[in-house]
Amino acid sequence: MQLKNYETVFILTPVLSDVQMKDAVEKFRKVLKDNGAEIIEDTNWGLRKLAYPILHKNSGFYHLFEFKGDNKLVNTLEIEYKRDERILRFLTVSLDKFAVDYNDRRRKGLVGKKMPDATLAVSKPKKDND
Amino acid sequence: MAIHHNNSGQAAGLMNEPMHKNENRKKYCRFKKAGIKYIDYKDPNFLLKFVNDQGKILPRRLTGTSLKYQRKLSQAVKRARHLSLLPYVADSLK
Repeated sequence: MQLKNYETVFILTPVLSDVQMKDAVEKFRKVLKDNGAEIIEDTNWGLRKLAYPILHKNSGFYHLFEFKGDNKLVNTLEIEYKRDERILRFLTVSLDKFAVDYNDRRRKGLVGKKMPDATLAVSKPKKDND
Repeated sequence: MAIHHNNSGQAAGLMNEPMHKNENRKKYCRFKKAGIKYIDYKDPNFLLKFVNDQGKILPRRLTGTSLKYQRKLSQAVKRARHLSLLPYVADSLK
């Protein structure tokens, strides 16, 4: 079984406290590790505004994992996402060679157009459930 | 009859004249030109260049993007929409 690179982003509900949010992230990190994934990137984008409301929430905690693993792992991971009610939205994509290369360069800060990461993110989690 | 011929001749003459000089500028694919191989869906500010103010993806005939990269671009925009980085529908994005 050839291992592939995957990238997964999920949005956590903003009603969580800082500790709860870290707990939730830790849970998925554990799911990845228990299933033999090699985590390449582990980035928290913090609290971001959503472009449109999801489940009446206007913001959410974004978290990004890049990992190397097999396809069965993706299945287990996505089932865990679906079962978890703290998850507003998730996306897992497999990366082709250009994407792997791009992500390498992005991590080294070589990509000219930078992602809006730490600058836009709000450090303190705010509660909003309007 | 004679007048009619005259008119069509004039119209053809007008057709050959360039209406706007700007439209003669050759379009090009900016991904090919800049050597961009992968379009990142996590970068909404970059993707904003390829949607109109309603959030619709601009057609190739306007942007000049090659088919190969238009496919990748639309995939990236759709992923960004799913993750709520870009809106599905908007009134005034710009």
